Amino acid sequence: MNVSSVKGSMSISSSTSTWKAGDTISDQFPAGLRVLVVDDDPTCLMILEKMLIACLYKVTKCNRAETALSKLRENKNGYDIVLSDVHMPDMDGFKLLEHIGLEMDLPVIMMSADDGKQVVMKGVTHGACDYLIKPVRIEALKNIWQHVVRKRKNEWKEFEQSGSVEEGDRQPKQSDDADYSSSANEGNWKGSKKRKDEEEETDERDDTSTLKKPRVVWSVELHQQFVAAVNQLGIDKAVPKKILELMNVPGLTRENVASHLQKYRLYLRRLSGVSQHQSNLSTIISAQDPTFGSLSSLSGLDLQTLAATGQLPAQSLARLQAAGLGRATAISGIPITLVDQRNIFSFENPKLRFGEGQQQHMTNKQQVNLLHGIPSTMEPKQLVSLRHAAQSIGNMNMQVPPHGAQSSQNNPLLMQMGQQQQQQQQQQQSRGQILVDSTINHAPRLSSSMGQPILSNGIATNVSSRNGIPENIRAPGYSQTPSMLNFPMNHASELPGNSFALGSTPGVSILTSKGAFQEDVNSEIKGSGGLMPSYDVFNDLNQHKPQSWELQNVGMAFDTSQHSNSLQGNLDLTQSALGQQGFSSGQMNGHNRSAAVASKAMFSTGDVKELGSAQNVNQHLNNLLVDNTIRVKSERVCDTSPANIFPDHFGQDDLMSALLKQQESVASSENEFDFDGYSMNNIPV
Amino acid sequence: MDRNRLHNQVASMRRSLFDQLEELQDDTNPNFVQEVVTLFYNDSARLIQNIEQALNSGPIDFCKLDDYMHQFKGSSSSIGAKKVTNECTAFREYCNAENAEGCIRSFQQVKQEYAILKRKLEVYLQTVRQASQTA
Repeated sequence: MNVSSVKGSMSISSSTSTWKAGDTISDQFPAGLRVLVVDDDPTCLMILEKMLIACLYKVTKCNRAETALSKLRENKNGYDIVLSDVHMPDMDGFKLLEHIGLEMDLPVIMMSADDGKQVVMKGVTHGACDYLIKPVRIEALKNIWQHVVRKRKNEWKEFEQSGSVEEGDRQPKQSDDADYSSSANEGNWKGSKKRKDEEEETDERDDTSTLKKPRVVWSVELHQQFVAAVNQLGIDKAVPKKILELMNVPGLTRENVASHLQKYRLYLRRLSGVSQHQSNLSTIISAQDPTFGSLSSLSGLDLQTLAATGQLPAQSLARLQAAGLGRATAISGIPITLVDQRNIFSFENPKLRFGEGQQQHMTNKQQVNLLHGIPSTMEPKQLVSLRHAAQSIGNMNMQVPPHGAQSSQNNPLLMQMGQQQQQQQQQQQSRGQILVDSTINHAPRLSSSMGQPILSNGIATNVSSRNGIPENIRAPGYSQTPSMLNFPMNHASELPGNSFALGSTPGVSILTSKGAFQEDVNSEIKGSGGLMPSYDVFNDLNQHKPQSWELQNVGMAFDTSQHSNSLQGNLDLTQSALGQQGFSSGQMNGHNRSAAVASKAMFSTGDVKELGSAQNVNQHLNNLLVDNTIRVKSERVCDTSPANIFPDHFGQDDLMSALLKQQESVASSENEFDFDGYSMNNIPV
Repeated sequence: MDRNRLHNQVASMRRSLFDQLEELQDDTNPNFVQEVVTLFYNDSARLIQNIEQALNSGPIDFCKLDDYMHQFKGSSSSIGAKKVTNECTAFREYCNAENAEGCIRSFQQVKQEYAILKRKLEVYLQTVRQASQTA
């Protein structure tokens, strides 16, 4: 398609048609940008309105947050950006920010006469994409369109990454002239993505306009179909065309499949602990695609084995794979060495999230978004890394998590692991750790005897409970083992709220809530009580490193993938580090990650704060955390499971810090929203 | 002649008082500044009254005080009343420190600056009215 097609939605009207590849944005843009401004002070409101009109924006003003919300709800695609005051009588500005982030995923700019650091930080952690100090000058308003473009771009990126565009993963979205040579689903993307974004922004807004390729959300089911097709054809012989035929899904294009296959392959490779992929991963990571690395033999085997044993629910497997893929890309490159992984994780975080975030969609984007910043994709990686680590460590069957809920079997193992881990886990990692530990621990044990399935069992138990438990799992983990097994179970009951992603909606929750989740997650995570300490974990990671590599990885995997992008990064790092160090760090990372993931909000709650991206969807976090923990254990079929399995979160300390940094820097807003971009709704499939 | 003079007067007052607001006024909304000023005038009167009440009634609720002042500060800074805004900032500091004495004193300053501002605004509005009448 020609990017330049006139969208018409924009008030600019004529201008849009002028967009051409390589052309600068239409002269009209950002004129016509639809702004909703909320402020209880009538004077300010009036002035702002006037200024915005002077910038040629289309302004809607309200003096109450409730009014604003209802306006947004009744016309979801009617606005491009929201400007909100912080101090409002009926609703706190930050609360409104959360709602908007969760429900509509629009960029929100906060305003206030208050310029205290705390308040501004709150804005950041809650996901605001900018914070203006009153008196607001018109110059400041002239630039707000950048946030809209940025968001679109990221969404697009995710979209593409998810597979609609083959090159999506790698291609830097930024390249103005990037022609999406392959896969341009929509057609010829003449202009750079930027152009597209802009165009989209102006023309089509959030609606899947013709320009914007409909995002393909690789749900668990879809991924399962994909995997089935691939297996049928044989991983070597699987070509997109044939896969597409076998899958027979209307609306799915060859390009979608192609890019997904790419990720899947990476994922597989990652699972098998291919270190050479590291480089690939790096690239991938940067691309932020939680590509599903081709399921490396290992991972594939693991998953499949698990699946075969019935332990791994197909979904989980799919998820794992998806996660793996998502992360695989990132992870594949990462050599088992934690160190390397660390690096990867940082990138992968988004990816990991993906894996973890599987809950929502396998789409990488989502995952990434969840974590906000730190690639949550770590999960797949983590899993992979974990696996590797496990292997390196000694049969640690990293696979650990994914296999679903089989849990019960491993319990004893888990317990053992738990105990071992306890020491280490004390930190928040507990969940992740436990899972990791258990899984990992099991792995060695199991590996000899049972091999993977066992791990899964152990994990499964943990995982299974995930749905509700995820959080629980974490916390108890450290309590000294026996709880480990129990955790998941116990937690399940507790957590139900948290694990939003855990079992249920594949990522949907994560995505949507992005904004909200974070907050919630944080809270939830916190709620999980013990679990969240993981945030501290980050801090502790360094210390715990030696402890249980497994745990960490696991933890990492869980957390990162699902929850927060940012977290993931950390987790991944930790994981990778773990591998080398011996989990301890990994665990920490994992946990941290999950923590991060779980809630960016978690940050606020605790150590996690560092992770920052407050945006963390609370829910996500929770889920992530939960998922992470569970994931590790069992594939948890739930959405995120795949992610967990790959505790990408290696490289704890480094990762964590990196993640943390990332998170902090990552204006959650971006990440978070990105995640949303990938809403399931868009899935044409 | 008279009209021109008045108009010029208005314009220069506007410029001196509200440099930013001035920019916003244009043909599409010739009365923009006037509207804003009126709005501010009324709104700020209310706020000042609230603050006054809060200061005088029993134990001082610093939280509420801070809230009111924050609002007042926001509006006055929006229309460009720098002096008033500065006084508001000082007031808020006292408020944060929960220094009742300091708050009361600072509030006197705020009121003073605000009184000056009000007078200027009144003159401005009056001139605007006159100008529009002669127009």
